[in-house]
Amino acid sequence: MQTTRSMVLVSSDPESLDRGALDVFSTLQKQITKYGLEEEISLSMISDVSKHAMSPLVLVYPDAVIYGPVTKEDVPRIVEEHLYKGRVVEEKQISAYDLSGRVAWLSARKGTLPAENRIVLKNVGLIDPEDIEEYIINEGYEALGKVLKEMTPEETIKVIKDSGLRGRGGAGFPTGLKWQFVRGAKGDKKYVICNADESEPGTFKDRLVLEGDPHAIIEAMLIGAYAVGADEGYIYIRGEYGLAISRMKKAIQQAREYGLLGDNIFGTDLSFDLHIHAGAGAYICGEETALIESIEGNRGEPRSRPPYPTTAGLWQKPTLVNNVETLANIPAIIRNGPEWYKSIGTPSSPGTKVYTILGNVNVTGLIEVPMGITLREVISIYAKGMKDGATFKLAQTGGSSGSIIPASLQDTPMDFDSYSNVGVSLGSGALLICNEDTCVVDLAKVLLNFFRFESCGKCNPCRIGNKRAYETLANIAEGVGTLQDLKDLQMMSDQLVELSNCGLGQTAGSPLKDILTHFRAEVEAHVKLKVCPAGVCPMSGQRVYQFN
Amino acid sequence: MSIEVKEGRDIRKVVRDLVREYGEEKAELIPILHEVNREMGYISDEAIVELSELMNIPSSHIYSVATFYRMLSTEPHGRHVIQFCESAPCHVAGGRQVWQKLQNELGLKKGETSDDDKWTLLTTSCLGLCGVGPVMVIDNDIYGNVTPDQVPGILANYE
Repeated sequence: MQTTRSMVLVSSDPESLDRGALDVFSTLQKQITKYGLEEEISLSMISDVSKHAMSPLVLVYPDAVIYGPVTKEDVPRIVEEHLYKGRVVEEKQISAYDLSGRVAWLSARKGTLPAENRIVLKNVGLIDPEDIEEYIINEGYEALGKVLKEMTPEETIKVIKDSGLRGRGGAGFPTGLKWQFVRGAKGDKKYVICNADESEPGTFKDRLVLEGDPHAIIEAMLIGAYAVGADEGYIYIRGEYGLAISRMKKAIQQAREYGLLGDNIFGTDLSFDLHIHAGAGAYICGEETALIESIEGNRGEPRSRPPYPTTAGLWQKPTLVNNVETLANIPAIIRNGPEWYKSIGTPSSPGTKVYTILGNVNVTGLIEVPMGITLREVISIYAKGMKDGATFKLAQTGGSSGSIIPASLQDTPMDFDSYSNVGVSLGSGALLICNEDTCVVDLAKVLLNFFRFESCGKCNPCRIGNKRAYETLANIAEGVGTLQDLKDLQMMSDQLVELSNCGLGQTAGSPLKDILTHFRAEVEAHVKLKVCPAGVCPMSGQRVYQFN
Repeated sequence: MSIEVKEGRDIRKVVRDLVREYGEEKAELIPILHEVNREMGYISDEAIVELSELMNIPSSHIYSVATFYRMLSTEPHGRHVIQFCESAPCHVAGGRQVWQKLQNELGLKKGETSDDDKWTLLTTSCLGLCGVGPVMVIDNDIYGNVTPDQVPGILANYE
């Protein structure tokens, strides 16, 4: 796919079509050709935008300007003024905040595309991660100095709360609030833990931060320790991340030599030291209570909550657990202030998000962009389009436990609330982009296979549900599935979501649920017609699992 | 993870040295098991019994921990351990075909060790190398963007 200067989208929901969206589209086509812009500007219909009083809508990227309602008479002016001369036609422009439905909220990142906005990855790849001096030259430990010299713990927590930072591990819990809970919890001893057990398939953002900018994590943990009143911390890194573990060890050693870890840091009352705990290969340990169990030398089985780790965590002491990416935001927020942070991203999800782009696209890799970007933008701008010009079929966000995003949702802004409003979740930031050769039954099989091994086995819905759902899917993939199997799958996915003890089981059901919702016809084809439309499943007619 | 079971090396001494180095705290159990696994290739019953005495932890607890985590093994492995990533990003990028080829070449299924103790074939969850999927790891060597055609050549690198 050719990279274009701008992308223009016309809404094509029934209401828009009714109000002349096709005329708008064809007039746009003619006008773009008239100005000789057809090679610079791509024009397409945007599918499935919900009903809206302002439709038909015309969206211009990367400026993120939305026009509406647009008639074919408006088109020449929009093309001449905006696309040709670069001036926004203000009378026709509507604020993204006025929009409800699936197209909402685009303007805060106006002008930021296609450039990335790096906060978390600011230093990654630019400094020598094994040399503390390079970190210090690049504003390193400035934020720590600022909180220790100029701010009380309460003020520090207020800054984080005001910034609106939300946990980047997947759930999106407000970070400042978590800090406040730990600060307020009674206890003679408190801990800070960095959750670096990054195990969501397809996610490797934390690895790059740990390997590329380890001191940012140490600095953020020191700030967290000061804010909540902790004097000891753990970094729980998954055992597979050998380089990250050795870089982190070295960074801790250097920080100790510089007096940044240990007693009376910077001559203040703050004393804090850090340990590294290497994981031993268990996805479940990314769940914070399982992680705590693992540090204590136990099987990584999640605890029942409440009590939450904020009141009774490691060794039953109040414990602050934050994800790597969350922590990596902290020094920048302290240095630049909460207002600066809030100016990036969306009102309810400020800041940036690091995504790993994977799958059938031209460019895979890591990007950090403001919250609120859409999947369509990620694919066309950062991933440089689908590989071999294929058609986008679905994306999976957030690793195995994320959501399946069908093409109809690719214009939903990617932030915590916009996604949860349409019943999907952002998760950890992995974006697995799949083309039409992907079979949803096969994909669901792979995901359930993952969960049946990674379930810790503590609670029944997850231990049995994932196993049985996998077996049912395996039968369907062999062409021996029944309609009853489909009903059972629906039931199992509901029960996983509703009855599991911890986040693993609760999210394990969601991709299956999404597939049954958005790709029901394709699943049914396997069962009713004994055909795999994508031609992936074996469909041998041989039953692989027998149930009684 | 090349397996060099040190001939004649007393497992009890290995364990004692590790406990002396790491301490007897229960929090050190998993780091110590990691080391035992690395040095001996797996965690034997003797190692568990010895650890239980030195750390004052029931052997049932140590066994339950050792069998919970994927990177710890209570079974001996072949000289070379192949870990193939079976997570969705590698699967979508062509991992299915590579996995099939790998099983055919070795004549092994998931979890099996060859009769001559040369190979153990394991699958693993995501290794965080998804940018270059499909990914497989042999001992400590990482192979990315693997195609079925490359499999025989890669295996030939190992004695």
